[in-house]
Amino acid sequence: MSSKQQSITAVSLGVGFATGVYAISFGALSVAAGLDLWQTMALSLLMFSGGSQFAFIGVVATGAGVVPAILSAWLLGVRNGFYAIRISPVLNARGLIMPLAAQLTIDESNAVSLLGEPDRKKERLGFWLTGIAVFVFWNIFTFLGAVLGSQIGNPTDWGLDAAAGAAFLGLIWPRLSQSKFLTLAVASAFAAISLSAVLPAGVPVLLTALLAVGFWLFGMRGAKK
Amino acid sequence: MTLWSAVLISSALVYSWKLFGYLVPKRFVSNPKIKELAALLTVALLAGLVGIQTFVSTGGITLDARVPALVLAGLLFYLRVPFVVVVVVAAAIAALLRFFF
Repeated sequence: MSSKQQSITAVSLGVGFATGVYAISFGALSVAAGLDLWQTMALSLLMFSGGSQFAFIGVVATGAGVVPAILSAWLLGVRNGFYAIRISPVLNARGLIMPLAAQLTIDESNAVSLLGEPDRKKERLGFWLTGIAVFVFWNIFTFLGAVLGSQIGNPTDWGLDAAAGAAFLGLIWPRLSQSKFLTLAVASAFAAISLSAVLPAGVPVLLTALLAVGFWLFGMRGAKK
Repeated sequence: MTLWSAVLISSALVYSWKLFGYLVPKRFVSNPKIKELAALLTVALLAGLVGIQTFVSTGGITLDARVPALVLAGLLFYLRVPFVVVVVVAAAIAALLRFFF
């Protein structure tokens, strides 16, 4: 195993664990919102997309009803579709593997896979290892959070919210040496933070997709000249 | 609608996005321009998430222990410190700052 592959293995397991631990807060908040243990587990096993899951229980907790909860979970899942478009030709998954790969297509698995570019083997390794690691840890810690609830204390006391930001920064870090990606990243972060003052949770991040499209169109125009 | 059916319906809807990307025709997704767009989208969405996770809380835009933790994480990534170490250090710094202040 090459050192690059070893480092992708280490990153996959590290991301899987760091992300998974965060599910403690999901489990605890879900039970507090009024879902039972098995409904909470169903969300982590079947929905398996952190942003959508937090949105679902967040709306249920406000008492707004299940239809707004379904809609916000659905809208927040859009970015997984973008990721799937990137990963699909990398995996070339057929038959029964494809629906499995689809379920594991989330922020973390796509980002670690991107680290392996342009080596297809590393991209695939990063996707599968991270996807499976996040799935396993995410469900274990959802269960613990739902069962133990507030006894564990607030995840922020352990700095887990800061760990999430640092992890995503690390995943896009190698790209940021290119000025195009650095500019896009700074603009996206700034736009998401500013828009969060006026838009409901989840929507500002989604709108950064428009910036990406803008950079893409601008890049194509530049390439033609 | 019961809570159970809402859980199952929304899970199916979220899954449908994931599946959608795999059903897009191959010659479309293998196009270098589409690959470029997919990479740009990944960076934009994740950078947006970093911003939200560091500067926003339920009460709105907030400056707290997450900000110095992220700055330190950036510095450590610049110094090529291994990923897992950086994530653990970022969590530890945020936890310590909150404990003492």
